[in-house]
Amino acid sequence: MTTNDTKGKIRTFLARYIRNHELQDDEDIFASRLVNSLFAMQLVLFIEKEFQIKVENEDLDLKNFNTLNAISGFIGRKANAA
Amino acid sequence: MKEEKKVKCVVWDLDNTLWNGVLPENDNVSLRDGIVDIMQTLDSRGILQSVASKNDYDHAMRKIEEFGLQNYFLYPQINWNPKSSSVKAIAESINIGIDTLAFVDDQPYEREEVNFSFPQVLCIDAADIDKLLLMSEMNPRFITQDSKIRRQLYLSDIKRNKIEESFEGPKEDFLSSLDMVFTISPAKEEDLKRAEELTVRTHQLNTTGYTYSYEELEYFRTSRDHILLIATLDDKYGTYGKIGLTLIECHKDLWNIKLLLMSCRVMLRGVGAIMINHIRNEAKKNSVRLRSEMISNERNRMMYMTYKFAGFKEIEKKGDLTVFENDLTEIPDFPEYAKVRIGLGN
Repeated sequence: MTTNDTKGKIRTFLARYIRNHELQDDEDIFASRLVNSLFAMQLVLFIEKEFQIKVENEDLDLKNFNTLNAISGFIGRKANAA
Repeated sequence: MKEEKKVKCVVWDLDNTLWNGVLPENDNVSLRDGIVDIMQTLDSRGILQSVASKNDYDHAMRKIEEFGLQNYFLYPQINWNPKSSSVKAIAESINIGIDTLAFVDDQPYEREEVNFSFPQVLCIDAADIDKLLLMSEMNPRFITQDSKIRRQLYLSDIKRNKIEESFEGPKEDFLSSLDMVFTISPAKEEDLKRAEELTVRTHQLNTTGYTYSYEELEYFRTSRDHILLIATLDDKYGTYGKIGLTLIECHKDLWNIKLLLMSCRVMLRGVGAIMINHIRNEAKKNSVRLRSEMISNERNRMMYMTYKFAGFKEIEKKGDLTVFENDLTEIPDFPEYAKVRIGLGN
């Protein structure tokens, strides 16, 4: 899967929560209060299911999930490690 | 306190168990003697009930309705699948551990089939039904206000979940449509039975799994070195009851969250994060540092995530125990989808 496919899927998922907002690839979705911690959990569950990876306790850091680039980079690293 | 296995849900077979006779062979079945009394007693003890039966769904449900028992059964599984899969589906739908189920069937084959896949399910021969109410597993230590209405609470959950499944749009919009009111108050004496019950019953949304007896909780409630909070949730479909408990140990300049739990019935309602942010606010107001303990297992990962996403950082790890600390910066406002009420201290 290319990075663009990954980003596309994440963007589609994020669009269900963040509407009327053009999200930039490096925009911090938590700092800008676009989403809250309840959303963070749903995001983790989505990533695990969609990309078939296991998010470990040590991966649960907002830095891995706070921008589109971060999420896609995190998924790439996990997929390569597997 | 020693943890004693208590049954949360009794799963009944129908043919020659709940009623005498085999429905596909003869429509004229009659209820087993005394069965309604047993069901009502279990219900009043807060023990849920369901059905795992190999039958035609419509036919069997019609019969259950004829007997006026349809409202007793949560997620009845009436199909031709192995009963192990029916039992599993019931545990998952109610969202309780499969080890809290009892299964009653007259057929040794069915009991063995369930026990083979799930040895942790308590399987009971229908011939022993008259002794069922006396079993220690069927006798909760306390019967609380919440246990008496437990089935009603679950029935309103089923209604909510149906609406949630058919709800188009983001989760937050659904949550907003519920008009939730989340109330956090210092525990009062009359809350303590339920508080003890919560520490024993709650596994998934439980940060440490520490269990406390009524007496210990009474001590914490009145101690100046502890804060014991209880939370309730209500929405337009009714109350969820008392669903949350938090114990904080207060040192001179440090608070330590020993236990934070929420009933699994409020999973993904976002109320765990509200509770945590309330405590963060209070710690900040009182100028103390804030720590929390976490004992991770396979089931409580959601709480680990809740802490992490609320900005808690690991400062110590001893075996299963993780100690977190929060720097009390960037505490978000309470979300818009729920009204938060803070009860007065004592």
